[in-house]
Amino acid sequence: MDFWPQFWQQIANGLALGSIYALLALGYTMVYGIIKLINFAHGDILMLGAFGGYFVLRRFGVGPASAVGAFLTAMLLCAGIGAILERFCYRPLRRAPRINALITAIGVSLFLENGARILPWLGPDYREFPALSKVNLEFWGINISVVQLLVFIVSVLLMASLNWIVNHTKIGLAMRAVSFDRDAAALMGINIDRVISVTFALGAALGGAAGILYAADYPQIEPYMGVVPGLKAFIAAVFGGIGSVPGAMAGGFMMGVVETLTKGFLSSQLADAIAFGILIVILMVKPAGIMGKNNSEKV
Amino acid sequence: MKPNRVFTAMMMVVLLAVSAGGCGRGRTIKIGAIQPISGQIAAYGSQTRDAIQMAVAEINARGGVLGKRLELIVEDDEANPEKTMNAFIKLTAKDKVVGIIGALTSKCSLAITEDAQAKKVVLISPSSTNDTLTAAGDYIFRACYRDSFQGGVCARFAVETLKAKRAAVFFDISNDYSKGLMQNFKAKFATLGGQIVSTESYNSGDKDFNAQLTKIKAKRPDVLFLPDYYSTVSMIAKQVRSQGMTLPLLGSDGWDEITNNAGAEVAGCYYSNHYSPDANDPEVHNFVSKYRARYRITPNALAALGYDATYILAEAIQSAGTTAPERIRAAVSRTNRKFVTGQIKFDGQGNPVKSAIMLKIVPNLAAKLRTEYAGTVNP
Repeated sequence: MDFWPQFWQQIANGLALGSIYALLALGYTMVYGIIKLINFAHGDILMLGAFGGYFVLRRFGVGPASAVGAFLTAMLLCAGIGAILERFCYRPLRRAPRINALITAIGVSLFLENGARILPWLGPDYREFPALSKVNLEFWGINISVVQLLVFIVSVLLMASLNWIVNHTKIGLAMRAVSFDRDAAALMGINIDRVISVTFALGAALGGAAGILYAADYPQIEPYMGVVPGLKAFIAAVFGGIGSVPGAMAGGFMMGVVETLTKGFLSSQLADAIAFGILIVILMVKPAGIMGKNNSEKV
Repeated sequence: MKPNRVFTAMMMVVLLAVSAGGCGRGRTIKIGAIQPISGQIAAYGSQTRDAIQMAVAEINARGGVLGKRLELIVEDDEANPEKTMNAFIKLTAKDKVVGIIGALTSKCSLAITEDAQAKKVVLISPSSTNDTLTAAGDYIFRACYRDSFQGGVCARFAVETLKAKRAAVFFDISNDYSKGLMQNFKAKFATLGGQIVSTESYNSGDKDFNAQLTKIKAKRPDVLFLPDYYSTVSMIAKQVRSQGMTLPLLGSDGWDEITNNAGAEVAGCYYSNHYSPDANDPEVHNFVSKYRARYRITPNALAALGYDATYILAEAIQSAGTTAPERIRAAVSRTNRKFVTGQIKFDGQGNPVKSAIMLKIVPNLAAKLRTEYAGTVNP
């Protein structure tokens, strides 16, 4: 295989990987945009979504109806967990210094990971996620599995839906208002608590869907599976501009492609180094990220 | 009345101290086992532990060792070398065991060999195949063959049976077991006249291998050698097939249990192992039926090795006639009999010279997989 076919194959691989990072990065960016908190527990929401989908698929077998059911279950479950976490872990700290909430987020992450590890029906052992499809496609010399294609399509659909919610609905308008200036939005009669809960729930629902997609692509689930994708998605969100929804999507796809191209053409050992190196460079050169805006303090 | 109460209290403390002290020189002989009971290779650790427990129960039913009951203390190291070290410290400092069966993975065993040699604790690893294991000293033994042998076995099988001329190797660079096998396979394959067309690596915990597999595919190998544990191999195999590669995959003893963890993507593939449960051998047959009766599943190779390692240690203590470490060590090094996994006689470095079995993965009824004996390779 000479250069160009291999290059396009790697791009295809990278976009498939990047779509999951993009979906996950959206959760980070939405929460940061609205309450300026990096929710480190987001990667573990991915893990819970994957387990939710796992139990549904195990109980009802694999098929189009049960797959949709698995998505709905995971998304609803994670939305609920996101709302509960917000209510009990982050809301009491809304007026506190931001570092308190950050440390709490780390604590929540550890709690979810280790809690899943000791619960008997989740447990520390690796489980195989049921295969959604074993069919592989080939066109123009590029090989993609049906699962990879599904992951990409579903991610794009979910991102488009989120974009529509944020830009064309009243609740989306309220979310944007609260992220712009929380106190002024409250003065305008917006129910801050409700809007923040909805934001968390929405971000977590996307995280749950990302969990099922991730498990469909890499069918091995265990309590710590969310740590690495969560970290990479966080970098993607910062890279694209944390607080910006299109930025998170762009950042996610770029991370996936950069990681895959590095593994494909440089060295697989350098892939993580380069991914984290990008974070460092962006923070030095353009800290607001590619699509981020520098929010200046208004006096 | 007060002096009486004080006196009684003092007597109670003295009695407790005496009985606690007496427990140390007690009625049992303690041995330890360090195995990954949870985590990525829990299937290996839990079966090895079950086999060790079965061996201990059998030995105790026949009167124990040196007239005392054998007491087994099991620690879970989750295949994490830091936890292996903690387990080792607990077993030696707190429980004061006379010998340890462990660890399972080469990476974990290598974490404790120096300490075991320094503290003069006999360490018998049932299954760590990395070559450098026994270099730490004469207190370290293993019940299995080494990777310099195993890598060569796979290379010979690839050349002679699979008739492969071009081989690719895809290994885990952060895993001593995987690295050692990669080096040995490549060396032997080249010596036998084959050509290594691609060597790619990944890290433990990676999930996406598509980038490297695309590179491997471009080099058109006849066979792909994947020396890693079943959990990672099942992930890689899926991505190999989804990239359209139909070549046979070749593996090592870390593949054992893959028939329970993977599907059609590994059918028609081969791996080297320590024993085959369906072998035509009375020792094997005995072991398999006893294990099945007690635990209702067919034991994997790791279980068989754990069983053998326990007997090596127990028989050595018995033949030494004492629990003095130096005597036990000397007795272990004199071991020479046929066990479930073959003849075990140690060379001067604590390594037994054993044969390897090649297994083929074939489809079974109900779309499941099973293994089929595909040859023995003698040293």
